[in-house]
Amino acid sequence: MDHVQLARSLFGSSMAFHIIFATLGVGLPLMIIAAEVLFQLRKDSDYATMARRWTKGFAILLGVAIPSGTIVGVMLALLWPGFMKIVGQVISLPFQIEIWAFFLEALFMSIYVYAADRLSPWMRIVSVVFVAVGATGSAVLITDAHAWMNTPRGFTIADGKITNVHPWAAVFNPSFFNTALHVSLSGYMTGAFAIASIAAWKLLSRNREPRETAYHRKGLMLALVIGGVMSLATALNGHSTAQMLHQYEPEKLAAAEGLFETQAYAPLAIGGIVDKESREIKGAIEIPGALSFLAGNRFDTVVKGLNEFPVENWPPLFVHTLFNLMVMLGSLLIVISFGALFYRWRKKRPLPGWMLRVLVLTGPMSLIGIETGWIFSCSARQPWTIYHIQRTAEAATASQNLGTLFILFIGLYVMLMCITILVLWSYFKRNPVHAELTVKHMGHSGR
Amino acid sequence: MSDSSLGILLIWIFVFAYSILGSIDFGAGFWSMVFAGRQGSTAADIANRYLSPTWKVTNVFLVLLVVAFVGFFPFAMPMLSSLLVVPVCLVLLLLALRSTFMVYSQMSAKYVAQLRIVSGVTGLLIPGLLITVLPVTLGGFVELREGHLQVLADKLLTSRTLYAHLGFGIASELFLSAVFLADYARESEDRQAYGIYRNIAMTIGPLTLLTGMLAAVAMNPEAQWIVERMKEQWIWFALSALFFVAGYSALWWKGRGGWTGVPRAAVVLVIIQYAMASFGYGSAHLPYLIYPHMTVEQGFTNHAMFVSLLAGYSVSTLVLVPVFIWFWLLFLKDKRYLKP
Repeated sequence: MDHVQLARSLFGSSMAFHIIFATLGVGLPLMIIAAEVLFQLRKDSDYATMARRWTKGFAILLGVAIPSGTIVGVMLALLWPGFMKIVGQVISLPFQIEIWAFFLEALFMSIYVYAADRLSPWMRIVSVVFVAVGATGSAVLITDAHAWMNTPRGFTIADGKITNVHPWAAVFNPSFFNTALHVSLSGYMTGAFAIASIAAWKLLSRNREPRETAYHRKGLMLALVIGGVMSLATALNGHSTAQMLHQYEPEKLAAAEGLFETQAYAPLAIGGIVDKESREIKGAIEIPGALSFLAGNRFDTVVKGLNEFPVENWPPLFVHTLFNLMVMLGSLLIVISFGALFYRWRKKRPLPGWMLRVLVLTGPMSLIGIETGWIFSCSARQPWTIYHIQRTAEAATASQNLGTLFILFIGLYVMLMCITILVLWSYFKRNPVHAELTVKHMGHSGR
Repeated sequence: MSDSSLGILLIWIFVFAYSILGSIDFGAGFWSMVFAGRQGSTAADIANRYLSPTWKVTNVFLVLLVVAFVGFFPFAMPMLSSLLVVPVCLVLLLLALRSTFMVYSQMSAKYVAQLRIVSGVTGLLIPGLLITVLPVTLGGFVELREGHLQVLADKLLTSRTLYAHLGFGIASELFLSAVFLADYARESEDRQAYGIYRNIAMTIGPLTLLTGMLAAVAMNPEAQWIVERMKEQWIWFALSALFFVAGYSALWWKGRGGWTGVPRAAVVLVIIQYAMASFGYGSAHLPYLIYPHMTVEQGFTNHAMFVSLLAGYSVSTLVLVPVFIWFWLLFLKDKRYLKP
């Protein structure tokens, strides 16, 4: 691998690791708010127990999210100095504002966890709301920088010199709102389905007390309602994201769909392998006209194909598979969650075992969906780091000794992943929920 | 004041804030490890009580520093990145180990001793590694090869400058954290822990002055320019020494309620001591970011961005100050937290 490939691998794997924790860090606070509010409204102490236990899990995950976020933040500056040179001149505002969202999250997280017993119930809710505001704010602002890389605005560039800078025009670039919404909604969805997975898993195990069953059912229902709504909203917003690609980044949409010929009534290709040599997609199921409709709400919308663009500017063609995976997982999650809710509503009976088994998969499915979505969005922007402005090779560091670092960091991530799972597992094993349900304490305790 | 001077002044404030907060944070982790196994002693508890709610906030200051630097001095990034990628990545690695292990240790009572060793030792290494950035920016350990700056690692690793800086960094970390924890123990009215941290501060205090002077004297021949400049800025260093004497003596002042020493005064005076010295050092370092390859002016961003950054920093500071005050009241003032 040359040093650009190494820089991409090091940064990419760091991001892939970080977004697991970052996404859960966006999603879980919303679940905690929901539980806290339900506790205040229904005075059912089970919801207080949920909020407390989810906060424990969230605190452990945040312990990884914060240092891994620090890693990617600093690495971004070190591995992509060419990119940062332009960022610093045009789009440093979201990074800078993100710091303050980060502060908000860190301050209120400590307040919520370590001062809970000294706060009134509503102040506690206010604290966790600010944790959520900070977490979502961070995600939105970082996504803003990502959106700007796809649709750069707010400057003019000539001979590598940047002039006429309008920082706020860069912040409010055309893809900002759609992309930020997509990231936030899918984050909420992932947090909810992570909870749904655990609750379903617990409901499958034998030797439960009735109190415990009731507790997990409440948790599962809450997670399914939030997860279902968020997955549907993610899909609807995903539709406008695709239209945005059609307008601003046609080669990305073409690569996502494996479309070579520019055409009206363009078909939507599901599955299959995109072949660069023969310039066609092999083994795909094609729905006639659907891509045109998706791109412009009309079947006669002309969708640009890859043939319109020079081959050296093509994104890697495997992104079609990533895109398919993301869409497929998202759609499945909608079907599963609404299916389970519908069953519960119609039959008024506990969910059957097979359904619980499927629900166990929703958390991992959401996380895989998030990973494929991010990898798709970043890979399909290649060969550009800043779309049509800067190539990835021009953005990378000149430093040659990244190989050892890459191995060290992969080792770190594998180790942290294992220990984190172990710590979560052992913590909740040593502090089983039935112990907390029998000893009913209404207030929160800090540690 | 020109845009770029204001920019570098802000960066200096952030560097200074992080070096103080980071020293206290990493130092507290180290002391928590040292006193972890000791029966009947509350010294480790005091350190942990401070660390638990604050480490995340301290960590944000590090990110703030990096982001602010990139925002104000984007043109310095290509040159700095090739110099710093290895040491800073190592810092990041250790930092990740430290933070995660600290969180794990709060969740797992069984392995708390082993987990604290990791967070304690890394807490000692990180500031040591961070301070090596300073000699690198002074020139002499850097070479221009094919248009890119490279660190001469063997020359750096065998230089006494590096080790003098290292000694100074670690002594300062341990001193600052001990003085701070003495004050925190005083606030918690824990006489036993106070005695321990006060003793440590008394022992290490003079060492910081000694290693500090050593770091200046042991400067390698190529970096003599900054020694000359520092002599021109002598007033700041003289003031710094004066504040050290005052702060150090505060450990013996007569406090209220029969306490020996006024640790709050010591903390404030010692922080001023470091502020004076680092301001003197920073002024001597100007106009260079990396001697002699990059000046502050060459690295600076455009005016439009600078103005919007300033606006952003002003608004967000106004928003966050009340939260910081509330945070301070809850965790550094409230007796219900300090004396459970």
